[in-house]
Amino acid sequence: MSSVPDDLRYSKEHEWVRAGTDSVTIGITAFAQDQLGDVVFVELPAQGSTIKQFSSFGVVESVKAASDVYAPVSGEVVERNVKVVESPELVNRSPYEDGWLVKVRVADKAELNKLLSPDEYRAHIGETAPSGG
Amino acid sequence: MSATTALLRTPLYEEHVALGARMVPFAGWEMPIQYPSGIVNEHRAVRAAAGMFDLSHMGEIYLRGPGAGAAADLLVSSDIAGLELGQARYGLLCNERGTIVDDVIVYRVERETYLVVVNAANVDKDREHMKRYLAAGVELEDASRDTALIALQGPRAAVIMASVTDLEIREATVEELAPFGVVSARVGGARAYVARTGYTGEDGFEVFLPWDRAVGPWSRLLAAGGALGLTPVGLGARDTLRLEARFSLYGNEIDETTDPIEAGLGWTCKLDKGFVGRDAVARAKEQGPSRRIAGLAVEGGVARHGYAVLDAGREVGTVTSGTFGPSVGRNIALAYVPVALARVGTRLAVRIRDREAPATVVKTPFFKRGERT
Repeated sequence: MSSVPDDLRYSKEHEWVRAGTDSVTIGITAFAQDQLGDVVFVELPAQGSTIKQFSSFGVVESVKAASDVYAPVSGEVVERNVKVVESPELVNRSPYEDGWLVKVRVADKAELNKLLSPDEYRAHIGETAPSGG
Repeated sequence: MSATTALLRTPLYEEHVALGARMVPFAGWEMPIQYPSGIVNEHRAVRAAAGMFDLSHMGEIYLRGPGAGAAADLLVSSDIAGLELGQARYGLLCNERGTIVDDVIVYRVERETYLVVVNAANVDKDREHMKRYLAAGVELEDASRDTALIALQGPRAAVIMASVTDLEIREATVEELAPFGVVSARVGGARAYVARTGYTGEDGFEVFLPWDRAVGPWSRLLAAGGALGLTPVGLGARDTLRLEARFSLYGNEIDETTDPIEAGLGWTCKLDKGFVGRDAVARAKEQGPSRRIAGLAVEGGVARHGYAVLDAGREVGTVTSGTFGPSVGRNIALAYVPVALARVGTRLAVRIRDREAPATVVKTPFFKRGERT
């Protein structure tokens, strides 16, 4: 089964958030990258742009299809992962570490409460039958 | 295909599930899109070693009788009358408007038996089309549901194939089979037609088997090829492989709105013979096409079927197929563009979401055997 680290919060759209001191780190889950298959292109917002919770902020493309990535929290993009733009396969190889997407200064910490706990996310992907396509 | 229609399964369905395949609906069938190693690895295995495909969803229509060759020659755009026993040829079924009903391979499998292999989505349409123009006295049998098809492709396909195949001609081996040759054989003990054809740009074979005898040969081939890097390959890598090799896909590059000339398939049309659609195709050739399929190298995103092609901001064409090409290491696409913009080196763009991604017309095929990366 896909790994779901205990120290992260999750969105129903399969993004994860890792809390930091000044900013949070955002990526897509192991489950999401497995469903996508080989990632060949990643499109990320510019540094300094703002993203809005549950709105699309980027795109991850696999050989098969393009998938929007939704912001699990609102805030300002303080860093984008240049390495993952150059080597999109990092999303497959290391979704929770080297394959992170952006770091964001959170506008409203209360938004984090709207996200899923690891157990809730596990239940969520258990319920969500793999669509396959 | 309506969601309530039950999907059909090939005789190898259980094998795919056991191998961990991800099964998806395709043309009414439940087919493997990829196995656990993933599309890119499957693609590379075919280029470097060998891959095996279940293509049992494809259609097989037999024409039999003394007039079968002439009948097939009238139906198909290419020189079918010129096929010797044991030879195959690619060609098109056209309608009288000179547009493309399907692309097919015709195999002369017996002296008076021609096997026409058609796309899965088109079986019913093709069978009815063929019946409409079929000469009296020629028997047509749609054996699609009785015929399994396994493709073995890649530089090591021949040695793997030979290890499980007995030809009916004792002195020959399947490794000596010429490109586009076809022979009767036993594969893993099952009666089969083995053809040196494929859809990947690599050497390889396609093996036609009785529906209920497909599992044995599939397992025997997998076992024989295991040590040589043979991997099962799903429809995902089948598409990236064929696109790198610039093979047309029905429903993408070609359909009943496209003619063979603009599709770059004029070479399959033998205009000095009669075939259904011949006059219209000849006219299209004489007039010259207004658009043509160009190969594109795309930067900053993957172009997909249906995306707009732009010239200086103006929409001038449409992407028919696009992907990341694992063996060429970049994003590639085919697109219909005006003839004047189809020249190699022309700079265009593809609208990917709301951006214009730079795209340059490049030579096709994108990948040729022997130019490995």
